[in-house]
Amino acid sequence: MSSEPILELVGVSTDIGQYHILRGVDLNVPANTVTMLLGRNGAGKTTTLRSIMGHWRCHEGRIFFDGVDITKMPTAEIARAGIGYVPEHMGIFSDLTVEENMRLAAIQGPIDSARLDWIFGVFPALKTFWRSAAGTLSGGQKQMLSIARAMIEERKLYLIDEPTKGLAPAIVTTMARALNDLKRQGAAILLVEQNFAVAQALGDYSDVMDDGRIVWSGAMSRLSENAELQQKLMGLSLAGS
Amino acid sequence: MIRALLSDDLPRSRVLTLVLLGIVLCLALAPFLFPGVRTVDTAARICIFIVLVASYDLLIGFTGIVSFAHTMFFGFGAYGVAFGLIHLDRSFWAMGLGAAGGALTAACVAIVIGLFSLRVRAIFFAMITLAVASAVAVLFSQLSSITGGEDGLTFKLPRVLGPAFKFGTETLDGRLFGVRLNGKLLAYYLVFFSAVLLFLGLLRLVNSPFGRVLKAIRENEFRAEAIGYPVIQYRVAASCISAITAACAGALYAIWLRYVGPETTLSMEIMINVLLMVVIGGMGTLYGAIVGAAVFVLAQNYLRNLMGAAATLMQDIPILPQFLSADRWLLWLGVLFVLSVYFFPSGVVGRLRRS
Amino acid sequence: MTAAPEPTPTIVRPTSSEQIAPYTPLALVVLLICVGYLAIGIPSSWLTLTLSGLAMGMMYFIMATGLTLVFGLMDVINFGHGAFISLGAFVGVTVLLELGVFSESPTLWLNIAAVLLSIAAAMAVCSIAGWGFERLVVRPVYGSHLNQILVTMGGLIIAEQLIIVFWGPEEIYFTRPEMLKGSADLFGATIEKFRLLVVSLGLGMFAMMRWILRQTKIGLIVRAGVEDREMVMALGYRLRLVFIGVFIAGSALAGFGGAIWGMYQEVITAHMGNQAMVLVFIVVIIGGLGSVEGCFLGALMVGLMQNYVGFLAPKFALLSNIGLMVAILIWRPMGMIPVVKAK
Repeated sequence: MSSEPILELVGVSTDIGQYHILRGVDLNVPANTVTMLLGRNGAGKTTTLRSIMGHWRCHEGRIFFDGVDITKMPTAEIARAGIGYVPEHMGIFSDLTVEENMRLAAIQGPIDSARLDWIFGVFPALKTFWRSAAGTLSGGQKQMLSIARAMIEERKLYLIDEPTKGLAPAIVTTMARALNDLKRQGAAILLVEQNFAVAQALGDYSDVMDDGRIVWSGAMSRLSENAELQQKLMGLSLAGS
Repeated sequence: MIRALLSDDLPRSRVLTLVLLGIVLCLALAPFLFPGVRTVDTAARICIFIVLVASYDLLIGFTGIVSFAHTMFFGFGAYGVAFGLIHLDRSFWAMGLGAAGGALTAACVAIVIGLFSLRVRAIFFAMITLAVASAVAVLFSQLSSITGGEDGLTFKLPRVLGPAFKFGTETLDGRLFGVRLNGKLLAYYLVFFSAVLLFLGLLRLVNSPFGRVLKAIRENEFRAEAIGYPVIQYRVAASCISAITAACAGALYAIWLRYVGPETTLSMEIMINVLLMVVIGGMGTLYGAIVGAAVFVLAQNYLRNLMGAAATLMQDIPILPQFLSADRWLLWLGVLFVLSVYFFPSGVVGRLRRS
Repeated sequence: MTAAPEPTPTIVRPTSSEQIAPYTPLALVVLLICVGYLAIGIPSSWLTLTLSGLAMGMMYFIMATGLTLVFGLMDVINFGHGAFISLGAFVGVTVLLELGVFSESPTLWLNIAAVLLSIAAAMAVCSIAGWGFERLVVRPVYGSHLNQILVTMGGLIIAEQLIIVFWGPEEIYFTRPEMLKGSADLFGATIEKFRLLVVSLGLGMFAMMRWILRQTKIGLIVRAGVEDREMVMALGYRLRLVFIGVFIAGSALAGFGGAIWGMYQEVITAHMGNQAMVLVFIVVIIGGLGSVEGCFLGALMVGLMQNYVGFLAPKFALLSNIGLMVAILIWRPMGMIPVVKAK
C-alpha cells in the first residue's frame, strides 16, 4: 500500500465463548481512504470492528492506531484517540432525543454549530426531528442519526458497520454522499458493506474476509473489474453488478 | 445397594466420604451417642435443615435462581401440621393430612410465583419472592385468631410420639444402652428417617433426566431453549418440587418442636441461615447440604460459647471484644459466606471433590 | 443541487392511545387517590392519609432510586442496599441527638437546620460506605446475578452486624426536634408537620434528579448507559467511573432516605433497612427496573396504598401492595415504565 496506514491489525484472533471467530486477521487501513471490508455473513467483519473497539478483546495479535498500540486500551480511550464507531445495530439511544444523542456524541464540548449545519445539510430529517425521541424515528432516520453522531466531531478514522442495510435506495444515496463528504475532509473509513454497488462507488481499497481471515486484499478497482474473482471470494449473492 | 440408593452419585472423594459418613452415623445414633436433651435437639435440627437446604440447593444450585420464599414454604408445612393436629384430632392421619395440605399450598404458591416472575427475568424471582415471603410472614403474625399471631401455636402430637409414651418396658426394662425408650426417641427417628428418605429422593431427582436438563439450563439457558426444552416450565417445576420438599421439612420441624410460630418457621433470619448453609456447604452438589447444615447448626449452638470465651480474654482491648461477643457470631459467618462466594463458589464439598 | 431526491420524511402521527400511553402511570396514581377517596368517604381522613401516603412514597422513592439506577446502568442488583438505609438512619439520628441545642430550640429554622445537617452527615457516611461496598463486595461479581445476590446479601449481614457492634443491639428511641413534633391543621385534616417537611424534601430531590438526568451531560451519560452501555463507551466515556459515581450517589440517597425514615418513625434498629427493602423492591419492580420516573410514581402508589389499606384493613396493608405489584406485572411485565435495553 502506498500511504502510511492509520489502522493496522497484525494477526488478530478473537474468540467468543468457545468459538474462534477471528483467526489471525491482518488488515491495513491507509490514511485518507475508504477501505471496504467485504465478505459473506459470518465471515467475521463485525467481530473485526468490535475487536478494534475493544468490545471483544482479541487474545492474540496487536492493533495499532495512528502508530499507538491500542490492543489493551479501554474502549473509551480507543474512541477518544480518534475513532468514530457506527455499530451494526446503530447504537441509537432511543430514550434520548435526537439532540441529546448528538450532544452526547460531542465528547470534546458543546456541539460545533458550523459542523452541525453541514450535517443538517446532509441529513435534513435530523433537523426536523431535532427534539423528538430517537426511538420514534424510522429505520433510515435512525441510521442517519447514528452516522451523524459519528460525524459530529472530526475523527481520524470511522468504523462503519453496514450503514445501508435494509434502507430504501434514495436513503442509500444520501448515505453514500455523507460518507464521500467525510472522506473529502481527510478522514479514513473502514466500511463493512454488503451492497456491492455502494462498495464499488465508495471504496478505494477492499479487503475480503472469509472464515475469520482476510483472504484477498487490494485496490477496489481490481476487484470490481474482475467478476470471476468476486464470485470466487464472495459467492453468487454479492456479485450482482 | 448403596450405589443404587445414592442414584449413582457418590461423594467421589475419600475425605468427603469420611466426613459424610461421620455426620450421618452421628445423626443416626445421636440419641445413643450423645444422650442429652440439647444434643439430640441439635441433631434433629441438623436433620431437618439438611432437607431444607438440599431442597433449596435444588433451586439455587441446579437451576441458578435465587428464591427468598423458601422459608415461607417451610412455614406452610409447619403450620399445616399444626392446623391438622389442632383442628382435626391427635392422630397420625391428621398429622399427615396437615403436612400434605401444607405441601399442596406450597406447590400452588410456588407455581403462581414462578409463572409470574420467571417469565420475565430470573432476577425478578429473587425480589418478588422476598416481597411475597415478607408479606406472608407479616400476615401470619397478624391473623392471630387463626395462626396464634406472634406467639404461634403449640399442639399435641399423637400419643406415640410424646415423651409419656414408653415401650419395651417388659423385655428391655424400658432402656436400650441406657437410653430411655419413649415417644421422644420415636419422634427423633421419625424425623431422621423422613429426612433420609427426602434427601435420597432429591438425589434421585437431580440425577434423573429431569435433573440433567436443569443443569443444562443452568449452564446455558439460551442453548437449552434452542434445543427445545421449555426452560420456564422446567424452572417452575423445579421451584415447585423444591417448595414441596421444603414444606415436608417444615412439617418435620413442627413435629419435632410441637410448636409453630412466625419467628421459628417464617422469618427472614432462617432464610438467611439457609443461604449461608447452602453456600458454605457447596451449591449444586446436594451433599453440600449435609456439610453446610451440620457446620452451621453446630456453629450456631457452639461457636457462641467459643467466641464468648475469646471476648472475655480480650476484655481490656477497646472495641475488639465487641466484635468477638457471643452475639456477633453471625458477623463472622457473614464474612465466611462472602469469602466462600469469591474463593470457593463450590463450597466445602466442591473443594473436597476437586482435591 | 443534489442528484438524488431528498427522502421526504413520512411523519406518522401517533394514534391517540399511543399519545396517552406515557401518561397512564401518572393517571394511575391519580386514579388510586380517587379510589381512596371513594373507599374512605371521610374527606378529612382521606386528606390526612393521602398526605402521609405521599410522604411515605417520597421516602420510598429516595431509598429506591439508587437501586434502580445501579441496576439499569450496570445490571447489578444490590440486595445489600438496605444496609445503607440502616446506616443512614443511625448516623442521622446520632448527629441529630448530638445537635441537641439545635433541635430543642423552639425556632423552626434551627430545627430544620438540625434535620438537614443530620441528613448531610448520613449522606456523607453512606457515600464513603458505598464506595467501599462497591470496591470490596460488588466489583468482583459483575456479570453474574446469582453471585451478586449472594454476595450483596452477605454484605448486608456483615453491615447489619457492624452497626450492632458500633451502636449496640437495642432499638434506639428518640424524639424529633421541637417544632417538627405534632401536627398542623389543613382544611380540617390533621397533618403531621414532619410529613410536610418530608414531602417537600422528596419533591425537591425528585426535581433535582430529573434536572441532573435531563439537563446535564452526566445525566445524559447515565440515561444512555442504562439503555446501551457498550455504545456509551464506544463514544468515549469511561462508564466505570460514572457507575461508581452512581453507586455512591445511590448509597448516599439510601442514607438520606434512611435518616428521614428513622426520624419519621422515632425508633431505629439495625434491621430497619432490610425491612424497608421489601417495599423498595416492590417499588422498583412496579416502576420498571432502571427508570427513575417509574420509581417515583411506583413509590407514590405504594405509599398511598399502604396508608389507605392500612386505614381500612390494617392487616392487609403489605399484602395489598403485593396485589398492586401483581396487577401491574400482568398489565406490563417489565413495570410501568419499562426500560428499553439495546440487547
